[in-house]
Amino acid sequence: MLTPIAPSGGLDSIPKLLARNAVEFGNRPASREKEFGIWQSWTWAEVNEETRALAMGLLARGLEVGDYVAIIGNNRPALYWSMVAAQMCGAVPVPLYQDAVAEEMAYVLEHCAARFVIAEDQEQVDKVMEIADKLPVLQQMVYLDPRGMRKYDHTALHSYADVQAEGRAGRERLEPFLNQRIAALNYDSTCVMLYTSGTTGRPKGVVLSNRNIIEASRTSSEFDHLNAGDSVLAYLPMAWVGDFIFSIGQCYWNGFCVACPESQETMQADLREIGPSYFFAPPRFFEGLLTTVMIRMEDASKTKQRMFHYFLDVAKRVGGRLLDGKSVGMMDRLKYRLGELLVYGPLKNRLGMTRLRIGYTAGEAIGPEIFEFYRSLGVNLKQLYGQTEASVYVTLQPDGEVRADTVGVPAPGVEIRIGETGEVFYRSAGSFVEYYKNPESTASTKDAEGWVATGDAGYFEEGSGHLKIIDRAKDVGKMADGSLFAPKFVENKLKFYPNILEAVLFGAGRDHCVAFINIDLNAVGNWAERNNVGYASYQELAGHPQVLDTVQGHVEEVNASLADDPMLNGCQVHRFLILHKELDPDDGEMTRTRKVRRKVIEDKFADLIAALYSGVPEISTRTEVTYEDGRKGAISATLEIRDARVFERKAEAA
Amino acid sequence: MSLDEGYTTPDGRKIGAVVMEMKNITLRFGGVVAIENISFDIRQGEIRAIIGPNGAGKSSMLNVINGFYHPQEGEIWYKGAQRQAMKPHAIARQGIARTFQNIALFNGMSTLDNIMTGRLTHMKSSLLMQAIWKGPAEREESEQREKVEKIIDFLEIQSIRKTPVGRLPYGLQKRVELARALAAEPTLLLLDEPMAGMNVEEKEDMSRFILDVNDEFGTTIALIEHDMGVVMDISDRVVVMDYGKKIGDGTPEEVINNQEVIDAYLGVAHD
Repeated sequence: MLTPIAPSGGLDSIPKLLARNAVEFGNRPASREKEFGIWQSWTWAEVNEETRALAMGLLARGLEVGDYVAIIGNNRPALYWSMVAAQMCGAVPVPLYQDAVAEEMAYVLEHCAARFVIAEDQEQVDKVMEIADKLPVLQQMVYLDPRGMRKYDHTALHSYADVQAEGRAGRERLEPFLNQRIAALNYDSTCVMLYTSGTTGRPKGVVLSNRNIIEASRTSSEFDHLNAGDSVLAYLPMAWVGDFIFSIGQCYWNGFCVACPESQETMQADLREIGPSYFFAPPRFFEGLLTTVMIRMEDASKTKQRMFHYFLDVAKRVGGRLLDGKSVGMMDRLKYRLGELLVYGPLKNRLGMTRLRIGYTAGEAIGPEIFEFYRSLGVNLKQLYGQTEASVYVTLQPDGEVRADTVGVPAPGVEIRIGETGEVFYRSAGSFVEYYKNPESTASTKDAEGWVATGDAGYFEEGSGHLKIIDRAKDVGKMADGSLFAPKFVENKLKFYPNILEAVLFGAGRDHCVAFINIDLNAVGNWAERNNVGYASYQELAGHPQVLDTVQGHVEEVNASLADDPMLNGCQVHRFLILHKELDPDDGEMTRTRKVRRKVIEDKFADLIAALYSGVPEISTRTEVTYEDGRKGAISATLEIRDARVFERKAEAA
Repeated sequence: MSLDEGYTTPDGRKIGAVVMEMKNITLRFGGVVAIENISFDIRQGEIRAIIGPNGAGKSSMLNVINGFYHPQEGEIWYKGAQRQAMKPHAIARQGIARTFQNIALFNGMSTLDNIMTGRLTHMKSSLLMQAIWKGPAEREESEQREKVEKIIDFLEIQSIRKTPVGRLPYGLQKRVELARALAAEPTLLLLDEPMAGMNVEEKEDMSRFILDVNDEFGTTIALIEHDMGVVMDISDRVVVMDYGKKIGDGTPEEVINNQEVIDAYLGVAHD
């Protein structure tokens, strides 16, 4: 076992960090939120007071040590305070995915036996009420936004403001209890419980202690020199470990300010207004942003377009090198300077990246062109590799060693070893305590010496010492002829094309590979508009012969690039089809974090897979879909199946 | 239902006294009789629907209520006084606001500006003062803006605050139109087919907003709607029209069991 690390300066829980910040950074902003079109802000002293008032109110309402408090809603300062207030009372906050449908919530709420729920608004309260008969232990619900709930039965339902008022009114009586509860917290008490989205099976509750969260926050903050002057925009689901680390862990450790967007849809405008210095987004965000920029540029005047492309070429050549501090010729330096003035600066401002010091992306592979695009503009975009069980950090890319195809070196304090099967194992101070009420899974993931299995296959690159991830270890399979089948690798290559949103490759145990494709409605829709192709729905556009031609071109390019790969040249796509619906978490085809659920898709679309392997030119099918409100419907379609050209290995052909 | 005191809805809302009463209204366009001898009332805090097949005279009825058409016969009583023929803007000042079947927004203007126009009846400073943009005019504008921002928040359209409405999809334009009508802080809100052309999700959103407006601001709402399901779900009382005549009036249950209404909607053999 690792020797336990002692907390520095007695700061062994988030509430204690809050108390420190209230003294040290009392007048600095801690939380911001845009409301009624204006940014409101709260200082650390105010946040401390708000949080303590809520905690006292929760005590008055009977919150006990060891209770679980579910937090459901979009990123709102008050919900972050709720998590810390729960911790103050000795309870465990459990943030949930706010877009989960009621049955998904039922499982988590039942599993953690939450006695309290703190919900954002009527939508979330309604969902919990819908499943209330399955939740015998649920006692009280607190809501933030009272709208539409005036007529609700308020015996077990309270407004956030009322609970705070109750806490403030009983301050004299409650404060000593609260201080006792806070004092009882230590480095080993549970900080938060986060449910993993579960690419397979039921979600698991990952128990993370104060040690896990604070150590991970401390070491990563030191690695990237984060400080109280940084600012972030919290827009990713609160149930996701990354958001907890950025918006609570690192925020409380460093004392920096977390801003919450006005609504999910205004995120990009809010990003521009806040101009965060530290930012995380999944690759699809950066892809989407780049697509939008390129589409908008096509509407610009010819002169602007020419200027844009000229300076982008300059940036492509030297921008990345400048960012890495490598030597660049005088002339190019000048051109880059001019480009900064005319193109990169305004563009970064538009994207809200002017003040961005450190940007991270993770979760999926990012297209090299996309990655290089941002870096060439001078945006320090880096990659990390992590998971919930590690309190995020497994590997990180240090400044100056940033590349698109690796995930970096082990994060500070993290040991990594590669198992015999190629699986990546790690152990660190951030490694989770256990899976809640699931000792079997805990034992199969984390061994007695503290090594945690990631479930990902990867290897260290010779020379650089950077880790490369190939795929999920269990997804890496063999084809009929024994050659390696790594679906994710191929799917990522396909997804790097802006027209392709998702791809699912099949081929394990078969003699060749076939694929499902989802087109990107944004990119393809824009193409359709420009070329006067009329369409009424995703389905119609997806079935358009010209769209199929384009996608076929992409597939064949990928095949050509795979042909050169000695390991994976068997993974070329022989036949493909464009799905008639977008893969959707509501239908269970993807996780809430938008990772493809292979098994579900394989079962659901078994008829399509059979058709891909049978050689028929088209197939009629009928698929059940779930609408956003939980109702079901069905869509029917006839899908055309295309054959794609496959390539011989060059070495063999030559 | 007694005439003066009002009633309590099944979900426990108190409905007050009569706000508007139509007495024996007849409206003709030349020889065409659009509305024939119709009487009904709208009560304080109520959601009142007017339904009927195409060409039944629903929109004409709404135009009579908001003063755009002047009926040849009959009386309109509003807030206890008989209403004389007046211009629509004068009616707007009396606290009646409406939305239109075929959206009537300023396409080139942003959502925010469109909603601000709804505040016009509440602005007091003179044109000159507003043009100079000093003192009271400036203060007035920020007060109005605050009201408008509350409505933007209420209808969840923050993300399109600065988007020209011409670029918005239909469902959102409808919502902006509702926002503009709400900005006038009306006592009586008239909605002309608020769900026309919407998909299921948009309809549900719109229904929720209508109920919330009624609940939160206590606004009396009269709406015309095609979609029977929606009408039956959200309204307290329903007037059914067919060929310019009133063929039913009562709670959704009463109306749905009315044989004449069933015939009008499902059709009967005409001899």
